[in-house]
Amino acid sequence: MKHLKYLAWRLAAGAFVLWATATIIFVAINLTPGDPAITVLGSPEALPTPAVLALIRSEYGFNEPMHTQYFHYLLRLLHGNFGESYRLHAPVAHLIGQQIGASAKLILGAIPLALGVALVLAVSTAKRARWLTGWFDFIEVTLASIPDFILGLLLLLAFSFSLHLFPSSSTQGWTSIILPILTLALPIAARLSQVLRRELEEILEQPFIVTARTRGLSDSAVRLGHALRHALIPTLTIAGVLFAGLLSQAVVVETVFNRQGLGRLMSDSATNRDVPLVLGIALLATLVNVVVNIIIDLTYVIIDPRVEK
Amino acid sequence: MPASLAPLLAVEDLRVDFPGGREQVVRGISFTVARGECLALIGESGCGKSVTLRTVVGLAGGVVNASRLEFDGADIRRFGEAQWRQIRGGRIGFVLQDALGSLDPLRTVGREIDEPLRLHKRLTRAARQARVIELLRDVGVPEPELRAAQHPYELSGGLRQRALIASAIACDPELLIADEPTTALDAVVQTQVLDLLAQLRARNTAILIVSHDLAVAARLADRVAVMESGRIVETGPTQQILRNPQHPYTRSLIAAAATVHAHDKIVVSTAARAPAEIEIEVRGVSKSFKGPDGQLRSAVANASLALRAGQTLGIVGSSGSGKTTLTRIILGLEQADAGEVLFQGRPWQTLSSADRRAARRRVQVVFQDPLSSFDPRYTVESVLGEALAVAGYKNAPQRRARAIELLELVRLGEEHLKRRPLELSGGQRQRVAIARALAPNPAVLVCDEPVSALDVSVQAQILDLLREIKQKLNIACLFISHDLGVIRRMSDEVVVMNQGEIVESGKAETIFSAPRHEYTKLLLEAIPVLDVSAVAAA
Repeated sequence: MKHLKYLAWRLAAGAFVLWATATIIFVAINLTPGDPAITVLGSPEALPTPAVLALIRSEYGFNEPMHTQYFHYLLRLLHGNFGESYRLHAPVAHLIGQQIGASAKLILGAIPLALGVALVLAVSTAKRARWLTGWFDFIEVTLASIPDFILGLLLLLAFSFSLHLFPSSSTQGWTSIILPILTLALPIAARLSQVLRRELEEILEQPFIVTARTRGLSDSAVRLGHALRHALIPTLTIAGVLFAGLLSQAVVVETVFNRQGLGRLMSDSATNRDVPLVLGIALLATLVNVVVNIIIDLTYVIIDPRVEK
Repeated sequence: MPASLAPLLAVEDLRVDFPGGREQVVRGISFTVARGECLALIGESGCGKSVTLRTVVGLAGGVVNASRLEFDGADIRRFGEAQWRQIRGGRIGFVLQDALGSLDPLRTVGREIDEPLRLHKRLTRAARQARVIELLRDVGVPEPELRAAQHPYELSGGLRQRALIASAIACDPELLIADEPTTALDAVVQTQVLDLLAQLRARNTAILIVSHDLAVAARLADRVAVMESGRIVETGPTQQILRNPQHPYTRSLIAAAATVHAHDKIVVSTAARAPAEIEIEVRGVSKSFKGPDGQLRSAVANASLALRAGQTLGIVGSSGSGKTTLTRIILGLEQADAGEVLFQGRPWQTLSSADRRAARRRVQVVFQDPLSSFDPRYTVESVLGEALAVAGYKNAPQRRARAIELLELVRLGEEHLKRRPLELSGGQRQRVAIARALAPNPAVLVCDEPVSALDVSVQAQILDLLREIKQKLNIACLFISHDLGVIRRMSDEVVVMNQGEIVESGKAETIFSAPRHEYTKLLLEAIPVLDVSAVAAA
């Protein structure tokens, strides 16, 4: 019951964030000086025909009073109708639907890989010999600070051009996705591992860890059974921020590896000022953020019973 | 020698070094513990007693050397990790000092007690569960089914300590090691835990206990070994050591313990003087909190008291008695549901926020643990400088001069200005905390368990210092403690609290010599008292 109440509260908060994003976009479109129909099309250079302008005006209801427009706008969004991209001559929802699969594969592959690598690295190196943690720290700092596109290029150079293990660019077959996933996952794994190790080192000093050892627990059981759970709490907070940023990082990676996906659609929509498409993608990014945060918040409750209180 | 009389634990010439450490922490100590016997290692913080205990379970973390280190005839110097894991928790139980920190806060109490059973006994899940409940019942935890499902933070200090002991004795260990098992507990609960340990010993469990409190050792131990900086300076049967100490260090420990718990006070009687000005008056204050079940629980009920200049008012009670809530209300940090608190005749509530800030500077606090209330990166000079800047000392040379004055007041010197909290001893830190509290020339000094975290000999020094300062500066002092010995030594007036109510109040002497309320009597009986007359005779 308490869990359900917490979930309901988090969902309501998420819905509010989505509504706020939609409203900000609405205000932005309507406050831009000039003809809002031209704004929707991108810029006057789009040279719209009067027929197109009339179509947009009737679709967005620019002739109606503002509150009616706003109401209709929200209603359309609720029905999943994000309008039409006039450049690509297709409904936004359809365009996103076409590309989302490729990006989702990339992101859903990167998240467990990043988490897994971070867990293994941090749990096995926390509070070990200084030289060992020193080396791993160095590698992690390097990985975390390299820009994504350089890491992608380096991986391409090594595994594709020299070793010929993976194709350099393609969206076909499972081998083509490995390097992009690595490019996306490694920097995140490095950052998470650093946070997790620092937390673990602090937790492993706690008296309850000594108590666990005095019961005859093995070192790995102490790390996995007692310390990890505590160290996960702050790590998840960072993970939430990093995972929510994956969509925008996918843009870079998809460009470097010349892959299909939302990334390409996103960068195209932004450079072409394709407002309906930007609106659709912005709402999608917000949705991803909201969902990631809800999942993280629910995970806190599972890890730490004190959170709900 | 028959096998049954051979010592269970035998330690000879034990030395422990830490690489990079300046000196040996344990410097050649020897002792034995027989089955069913209790040996107490006594000494002040830093003497190496905790490291000695951890050595016995192979968790010292340093370089261990000994000419003999045997548990039940087996040479534990040669133990590999797997052998250690078998005796840890299985044949040797270990109880650490702080039960809140020593139980995993994210696990239920039941799961913590279950862990050693799962590791060492081949029992079904159901059998283990039954055993957990049985253990909790054995150590005197009421409603064991409910408690097993709760987390450590949902339990009181006494229940937590019992749960920790239950997890240590889950596999019926032959040896129980306890590191300061009662230090964090109030007198009533301390007695219960000591009784529990005594029962275990009666069941033939050997106990090796570490304590800085001689009274605790006197109550439980058959033999005592006194440790000073890594060496055992004196060892023998408990009564013999207490009545006829040979080593000067043992004598100083006993003398210090005796002064803290002394019956005769050296306070100038305030009765002869004209009644001093009332600094703080509490009138009919009540405060309730919503419990986890949604029901209102009264934390303080209809409390009234008056604190006068130059006087010390002691508030005493077990944990959960409402001391802390009442103190927070007096400090204006918590709003009372009913009643009012007057500072120098004016109620907190009616003060404007500027006046309240000014008034708050005139009421200063000294907390139990100065280490956690100081920024570890600050030097003593910056700690005091900050307080002095707030108090209106505008320029740096002035602040420095005043800081040195304050340090002299608490018997520290200019050389301490550049030190950081971690470079000071516990006693020195508490002196700095007092100096900081005195910086804005307060009218009232609130001391919240100021000596509970300190060694006995240091306790005595800090208490003397506080009394001296109170008289020199004519400050009103509100003194909160669970330790009746300390309260008795410091207070002119005493307020006894139990479950949110003031059950008894009046002159300290009257309350201690002729307690009227049942709860006060219970508290007084629970104090572990050293046989002071015997010490004096020695």
